[in-house]
Amino acid sequence: MKGEIFRVSGPVVTVSGVKTRMYDVVKVGNEGLMGEVIGIEGEKSIVQVYEDTNGVKPGEPVENTGLSLSVELGPGLLKSIYDGIQRPLPLLLTKMGDFIRRGVSANGLDRTQQWEFKPTVKKGDTVSGGSIIGTVQETQNIEHRILVPPGVSGTVEEIKKGKFTVDQTVCVLNGGTELTMMQKWPVRKPRPVAKKLMPSTPLLTGQRILDGLFPVAKGGTAAIPGPFGSGKTVTQQQLAKWSDTDIVVYIGCGERGNEMADVLNEFPELEDPKTGRPLMERTVLIANTSNMPVAAREASVYTGITIAEYYRDMGYDVSLMADSTSRWAEAMREISSRLEEMPGEEGYPAYLAARLSEFYERAGKTNTLAGNQGSITVIGAVSPPGGDFSEPVTQNTLRIVKVFWALDAKLAQRRHFPAINWLNSYSLYTKAFSEWYGKNVSPEWEKLRDDAINLLQREAELQEIVQLVGSDALPEDQQLTLEIARMMREYFLQQNAYHEVDTYCSMHKQYRLLKAITSFGDRAGSALESGVPIKDVLALKSKNDLAKVKFEREFDKAIDGITAQMDDEFKKLQEAK
Amino acid sequence: MTKEYKTIREIAGPLIFVEKTEPVGYGELVHITLTDGSRKRGQVLDTSSNVVVVQVFEGTGGLNSECGVRFTGETIKLPVSGEMLGRILSGSGEPLDGGPGIIPDDKLDITGAAINPYARLPPKDFIQTGISTIDGMNTLVRGQKLPIFSGSGLPHNEIALQIARQAKVRGQGEEFAVVFAAMGITNEEAQYFMRDFERTGALERAVVFLNLADDPAVERLITPRLALTAAEYFAYEHEMHVLVILTDFTNYCEALRQMGAAREEVPGRRGYPGYMYTDLASLYERAGVVRGRKGSVTQFPILSMPGDDITHPIPDLSGYITEGQIVISRELHRKGIYPPINVLPSLSRLMNSGIGAGRTRDDHKAVSDQLYAGYAEGRDLRGLVAIVGKDALSDRDKKLLEFADMFEDRFVRQGVDEDRDIERTLDLGWELLSELPEALLTRIDNKYIQKYHPAHREKEEEKAVAPAAG
Ligand SMILES: Nc1ncnc2c1ncn2[C@@H]1O[C@H](COP(=O)(O)OP(=O)(O)OP(=O)(O)O)[C@@H](O)[C@H]1O
Ligand SMILES: [Mg+2]
Repeated sequence: MKGEIFRVSGPVVTVSGVKTRMYDVVKVGNEGLMGEVIGIEGEKSIVQVYEDTNGVKPGEPVENTGLSLSVELGPGLLKSIYDGIQRPLPLLLTKMGDFIRRGVSANGLDRTQQWEFKPTVKKGDTVSGGSIIGTVQETQNIEHRILVPPGVSGTVEEIKKGKFTVDQTVCVLNGGTELTMMQKWPVRKPRPVAKKLMPSTPLLTGQRILDGLFPVAKGGTAAIPGPFGSGKTVTQQQLAKWSDTDIVVYIGCGERGNEMADVLNEFPELEDPKTGRPLMERTVLIANTSNMPVAAREASVYTGITIAEYYRDMGYDVSLMADSTSRWAEAMREISSRLEEMPGEEGYPAYLAARLSEFYERAGKTNTLAGNQGSITVIGAVSPPGGDFSEPVTQNTLRIVKVFWALDAKLAQRRHFPAINWLNSYSLYTKAFSEWYGKNVSPEWEKLRDDAINLLQREAELQEIVQLVGSDALPEDQQLTLEIARMMREYFLQQNAYHEVDTYCSMHKQYRLLKAITSFGDRAGSALESGVPIKDVLALKSKNDLAKVKFEREFDKAIDGITAQMDDEFKKLQEAK
Repeated sequence: MTKEYKTIREIAGPLIFVEKTEPVGYGELVHITLTDGSRKRGQVLDTSSNVVVVQVFEGTGGLNSECGVRFTGETIKLPVSGEMLGRILSGSGEPLDGGPGIIPDDKLDITGAAINPYARLPPKDFIQTGISTIDGMNTLVRGQKLPIFSGSGLPHNEIALQIARQAKVRGQGEEFAVVFAAMGITNEEAQYFMRDFERTGALERAVVFLNLADDPAVERLITPRLALTAAEYFAYEHEMHVLVILTDFTNYCEALRQMGAAREEVPGRRGYPGYMYTDLASLYERAGVVRGRKGSVTQFPILSMPGDDITHPIPDLSGYITEGQIVISRELHRKGIYPPINVLPSLSRLMNSGIGAGRTRDDHKAVSDQLYAGYAEGRDLRGLVAIVGKDALSDRDKKLLEFADMFEDRFVRQGVDEDRDIERTLDLGWELLSELPEALLTRIDNKYIQKYHPAHREKEEEKAVAPAAG
């Protein structure tokens, strides 16, 4: 059924004469621009258009496809880079050149590439939604499991083996249902799971302040809010690089083009610490930069999470980074204000909170329909205006997520990176992980960690006094506390993402570093008690060496040396007295 | 010839509402003929079968329902040609210099299409500006957008000009051009720029777009788009490296706010439109390097922070889009330090890809980090000293306090025409750092301390000299 355009106002187009349902995809105007129905008023429908609408006129034709906005799921997702509505950017480049023009449609999955399909079911087997019917080696380390689409079931009448494209039939069920390696799924609808489980293992990120102090769970949710330039993107990219996860979905939502270019440049070169393979082989990128159409920005988050769910359904641990969820919220706001909806707080639509929680709800550790376990960890960057955390997006996000990494402009300004504030941040998973850390890192770990946090808290209290009287007026033991806390901050918490060694830190290394600093503190305390002057303690060479040991390639050897020297130096101090 | 309508139903601020018959395209260019025969231009903001909303660039003064409105069927385009270099144009692209009209090679849509992120090449060519606080600690690279955040009465124009004069990619004699766009600045300020361009001969390699304080505010909304279209043309068609100076973005944003108010939109923070982020991004993101193309667009926008408040929506939203910022400080300016750049809130996010061995020098990152750490701590201590006095400080703190003063006096301060190369800047950094106890240099790998720290350098040199003497 064809209708026509009634009104055009930026990305929002009102159409008439065509019957629609909410979220139907419609083709708008002479060029058939892709749009989605986001409102219905009487016989008019309101459409958000995913492409530029300059020059589009009332009276131009409109066609309803009758389908919801969907993504294509199947082999070939990994290593891809898509725009917000799953158009492959390399394909857009060949079709329309270096600049993004409009009116070009492109399939999410390549129809020409053949994949080697290995069946895992045989004729007569009963399968249902989520069952695995075969596998494809998608990249060297990722086996793509071909799933029966949710809602479909039957007995296998025919199953093939060999090379196929994603749209060729590989399996026929009784009743004639044909299955291909590709399935489509509407992005706004969560894919079903068998059961949600409690997350119980940490996602190791190789970042000391995260793994050490504020860990997130595999299947958990975390938010990283901070003013501009405080380190959201660098942190998200560090997570995408070093997390011990199977699959990474990275969404550049309304952010910079150069940052995406950077990822594209770097990821094929960097190695996955787990497999030694290029990071790109486990990654799906979605890049809808700030200057790309705002409606597609709104969709990008859904496109990303749906792809993440699909790999989870295969039984993988997936991490999803969304940078930045604030730009997504703003896209909602922009569209909503064009619709002249009643605004809520700061002009955001009243459904902001609902949309945010629906999104984060799609994270989790689950039993899949096929009976495996999979997880999606969601880490959302938040960009509060003026760095003020009391604004609606930050506040609504914090009500949902379990981990809060609070970036701090002050820290960033003095180049303390990651600029995560250790006093304001929290993780609600820490207690749940004690057992894991005890078993996998060290039985001492929990105590070391708690002591470190206490030390930093003590420092903050003492700093208030210092602000009034100066540090020299403090008794020596308190001066020492300040010094050890400084060591904790500079030697342990600070981690340079751009240093080839320091960029990633194993749990083992974290433990040894933390232990060495703590034990320096303990010995220094005893030395002081027995009358050694503080300046002698602070002048020890081992203290100085501890500062830089994290940069050493042969860390274990270096820290063994320092620990031995530390023993030696403290012994001498005592003797000298 | 397209049809002329005389159906203006309503005029509100810079907007006119035209009732019309035939369909009009969104974003179309509109010609309006006044009753006295003069002409104005506008753009379609909203179009429906009943009514079309047009924003009028030159303002709606003198308009009434008798005026003729013609929809051109085209979006706004800039006629471009290689001959544009050396020309001075108005904020809407008309020649102001008495020269002939531009005979176009092409007409380009001024909205500019987004660069496909996949087509971008990560910027990495170090641009030496000769200013230590920038080169040493907030390095600029080709294809970056790095704004100056300033305030009224601060010397941002001097700094922008010094950069325009001194900026170079070392060892490369490639073609460059400057595009200068004035948005609502005073005639005097504009003259200041023009004189300097003329004095240094830069004008020959420049295209200037002037929308001055007394020009219509709405026109400001297209001025930067014209400028960036010209910049892209020179970068991608003529393979030039283009430096775009856009000033003052605050005036641009005010015009945006005015438009929003005229359209009775729900305002966002502090009255600015909710889409200001997206709008600004559509300008700032037009910087970059495209794979396989020789030229590049580097942006140097200037904005004055209302009330020196960096959390004000204009600097705030800008900072969220640009690749860092250079912050000018009133405090340093009062102390008589030029250029009064406060490095602490300043940042260049692309610094890391532009520096290091083979680009600048291997110790660059470490020196920069250490200078930051030292200066930040030293500055904090000033506050403390004001309360407890200098004597209450530990020796360590006293050193840091002195370091902060020295840093401002010797590293930050330099002459308006002083062009320091990067080696000079880094060596200067070492000279200052060597005043601190070595144990405080925790950000620097030992190998660089051995190689560059004046104390060790001298030893190295002595060692080198000794055998000859003996
Ligand atoms: N872990 C880190 N190690 C070293 N440098 C860092 C680290 N984190 C952040 N930085 C520095 O801070 C700069 C800004 O970080 P980033 O781009 O991640 O900020 P952001 O919070 O994403 O800002 P915006 O909201 O504007 O996008 C980086 O360019 C880098 O120089
Ligand atoms: Mg960022």
